[in-house]
This record gives sequence, C-alpha cells and structure tokens, in this order.
Amino acid sequence: MSDIALRGLVKSFAGLDGPIRAVRGIDVSIAAGETVALIGPNGAGKSTTIDMLLGLLAPDAGTVSVFGSSPNEAVDRGAVGAMLQTGALIKDLSVRELVTMIASLYPAPLDVQETLELTGASAYADQRTNKLSGGQTQRVRSAVALVSDPELLVLDEPTSAMDVEGRHSFWMTMREFAARGKTILFATHYLEEADAYADRAVLMAHGRIVADGPTNEIKAMVGTRTIRATLPGVDTDALAALPGVSAAERRGESATLVCTDSDATIRALLRAHPDARDIEIAAAGLEQAFLELTGDGAADR
Amino acid sequence: MKSFVYTRYELLRTLRNRRFFVLSLGFPLLLYFLIASPNRHVQDFAHTGISAPLYFMIGLAAFGTMSAMLSCGARIAAERAVGWNRQLRITPLSTRDYFRAKVLTAYMMALISLLALYLAGTTLGVSLGASEWLEMTGLILVGLVPFAALGITIGHLLTPDSIGPAMGGGIALLALIGGTWGPIATHGFVYDLVQLVPSYWLVQASHIAVGGHAWAAKGWAVMIAWTVVLSVLAGRAYRRDTGRV
Repeated sequence: MSDIALRGLVKSFAGLDGPIRAVRGIDVSIAAGETVALIGPNGAGKSTTIDMLLGLLAPDAGTVSVFGSSPNEAVDRGAVGAMLQTGALIKDLSVRELVTMIASLYPAPLDVQETLELTGASAYADQRTNKLSGGQTQRVRSAVALVSDPELLVLDEPTSAMDVEGRHSFWMTMREFAARGKTILFATHYLEEADAYADRAVLMAHGRIVADGPTNEIKAMVGTRTIRATLPGVDTDALAALPGVSAAERRGESATLVCTDSDATIRALLRAHPDARDIEIAAAGLEQAFLELTGDGAADR
Repeated sequence: MKSFVYTRYELLRTLRNRRFFVLSLGFPLLLYFLIASPNRHVQDFAHTGISAPLYFMIGLAAFGTMSAMLSCGARIAAERAVGWNRQLRITPLSTRDYFRAKVLTAYMMALISLLALYLAGTTLGVSLGASEWLEMTGLILVGLVPFAALGITIGHLLTPDSIGPAMGGGIALLALIGGTWGPIATHGFVYDLVQLVPSYWLVQASHIAVGGHAWAAKGWAVMIAWTVVLSVLAGRAYRRDTGRV
C-alpha cells in the first residue's frame, strides 16, 4: 500500500563534462501518515527527487503518483505543502499579510492566526518580511507551507538556517502536525534529525537509494566511527584484520580505520601497535558512512 | 473572489515599494519638464500639427507607461531569484490568475504614471475635450497590452542583474523609435520599419487630439500581431521556468 509512489525515477542535467546523473533510478513508497526522512550528503540527489515529487521537474524516466494523481494535480487540489531548500520571502508585506495571501489560494486553509501560533511566528506577525532574522524567516516559510493544511508536507533541509533551539521548536511543530494524520517527507543531512523525528529513513547517495528502513536500523548501519593514527611501517592488511574494522586505508605514515566497533578496535590497536601516535577518533560523517554503504562512490560517476 | 485577495496584496506590495514608485513616476515627469518647458509655445511641433507640450506629453506617457509595464518583469525576475516563483508553483494558483495579478499591477503603475503626465501637461497649457482625454487614454491602455506580455516574458527569461541593462536599453530604443523625442521618419523605408514597432503606435495615440483616427488598420494589425506573439512567448517562458535560478 503506497499513497505516494516514486517509480523508476531518473533525472540527468547537462554538465560541463557531459550529463550529470542526479537521480539514477529510484523507487520509494510512502504510506499516508508516515514521517519519512530522506538522508544523504550534498549532491546525493535529494533536492532533485523532491522537485520531481512536487512536479517542479519532469523526470527523464519513471513516474510519480501522489495520492493517486500526478504531482501537478495534487498541487492544484491543495493537497501538497512544501518548504523548499532555497527561498526567501517576497518584500513589502507583513508576515500576516503574506500568510493570508498564500492561504487565499487554497480551498480549505487553516486559520491564519492559528498557523502563525503553531509555527511560532505570531510574535512578529505584523513585521515586514524583509525585517526578519534568518531563523524567523524559516518559521514564516514553514507557516507558508502549513497554512494550506496539506495532506503531504515536503521539507527540503528545513532547519539549515536555524539555531539549536529553533530546530527543536521547529520539529515540535512538525510533530504536532504529523499527529493530525499528515504525511511528511523531509530531506536532511543530519542523521540525528532523522533518528529523532522520522519513522523511517531513506538513504540516498550518488542518485541511488542505498538503504530504506526504520530509523534505528539505519542509524546502526551508518553509525560508524573512524580512527586515525600515525603508524609507521604497519601493513594495511594487518590493520584491516583488527576487530571492529570494516575498512583500512593508509596515506604515508597515517592510517585511517573505518570501524563498526571503535571501542574494540582501539583496544586491539594499542595492544598490537603500542607505538601508534596522534590518535583521533571521530564519528564518521554521513559522507563517510555513505561511501561505506555504496562502495567507492567515485567509481560509478 | 478568492484570487482577488492575491491580486490585492500584489497591488499593495507595489504601492509600498516607495523607491520603485518614486523613481518610475519621477523620471518621465522630470524628462517631460526638461524637454517640453523650453518648447511650450511651439504650436506645430516637427510638422506633426500638434503642440510641443502635447506631443511630448504623449511621447513621455509612452515612455513612462512602457517602463511601468516592463518593470513588472524586473519584479518577476527578483521574485524568481529568491525562489518565490517556485514556492508559488506548489500552490493551486493558476497561470491565468498569476498573469492577471501581474498585468493588473503593471497597469496600475502605468495608469498612475499616465495621470501624472496629464497633470504635468495641463500645467504647460495642454487642453483637450473630455472625450479626447478618454479616447486617448483608452488607446494608450490598449497599446500597452503587448508590453505587459513582454514584461512577463523577460521577467521569466532574464536574471535580476541582466534585466536592468536590458530594460534600460530596450526602453530607450523603443521610445526613440516610437518617437518620444520627435518623429524619426515620416516616409520611406525607415518609416515603414518604424511602423512595425508597437511603441510607435503608442506615441501615435496623441493624434486623437487633432481629431484624426489615431490608429489606422495597420496600427491595430501591428498591435494585435505583437500581442499574440508576445503572449505565446510569455506563456511558454512561464511554463518552462520551474527550475532553480
């Protein structure tokens, strides 16, 4: 059962060195009421996928169905709200006027005041949109997305301009909205956001889906750490054989170990190679984790 | 009725943008006084049979209203640059309602510019009968239709940093060819070419004041042809313009 279905989506753009294959054949199904995170590093194809879901971009191949109709039909019906990745607000209107203007375009919008309160924008409802801070602008943008009372809410990296507190209250609002039985799809490159606020995570890298499942499983899958150390004269294979290591690599005297269990690895490493220096242990960035999941990403460019 | 709310806020937004408002009204007025005051007693300007204050009033009305219509394009380009256009695409706002709001806003600015120039004209002795004022105004408003379409087209094709020079140069050229500063030809090949440009007919609207038919069949044909072509281009430019800028 899928209320929103992306089937075999492909999209390429013209680039300087031939076509850039932004999305390379993806399938995603979302049931009504689900909150799904689309995670991936920059350039993974998240925004392109979202543009196709919203009907802003026509796929080269594949189909998109939103509650049984095309994206454009769903948009015309007022069933979709979205907060796009980039976007400022138009000038010379107050926050309340702007939200009222957008609400007027929909068949059954929420009450404007209610929306402003829900998104925390009511405190500056009478200010001009060009006088707002970055975080305030994001809240107003979320009000613009929510005022239509959409069945499907799409958020493309919504919290990138927010501080920690802003992020938290933003997600509280979204959680409240989701509790009304709404479907939410959001793109992020913060694994923590996906873990905290989504039921399910879809991982994208290099235009493909590399994992799709409940967020806790995904988190375990990419929750790797790296250990970096100066280790002269130690064979890479010997490092790779240490417990908890999934990949080892060296550049000159410096070795990098990608670990699934860094605690076990560091103990074993120090026992076997007590001369190891300059040791750093870091949580692998998503980028790193994705390379891990996809093999060497550069190879299939 | 609902889409009227949208249009109303578009109009309000334009009126609130003071710098835009003052500049787009101020320039045609300033130019008018600069060129028409020294010639205010010329009764037959450049053998057109009409007085210099009237000729320049309509000449600069053409300039000012053209600028007002095309600056609608500059506003569209600015909205696209901040991503607002994409935000609108994911609302049920129809192409028709979007165009209507943009065109009405452009016409509001053009009408204000026109009235300001009429007022300036009367201070320099322009005096017409009520029906002549009305007919002339009607003809100018009709003559602005292709410019409305042109404004929308360039707004969706150009970026905010390229639209400034494009508009500045374009308007200066259209005004010159149209005869804002005086007729550039009255017969021959150049005259034939000039008659194919819509701004020429905009300036010709002043001939109403000397009792003639301002637009011959040729004038209507040229205006209709430009309107059709530019409307098709505007529709196409708008539909294609869904990408990130």
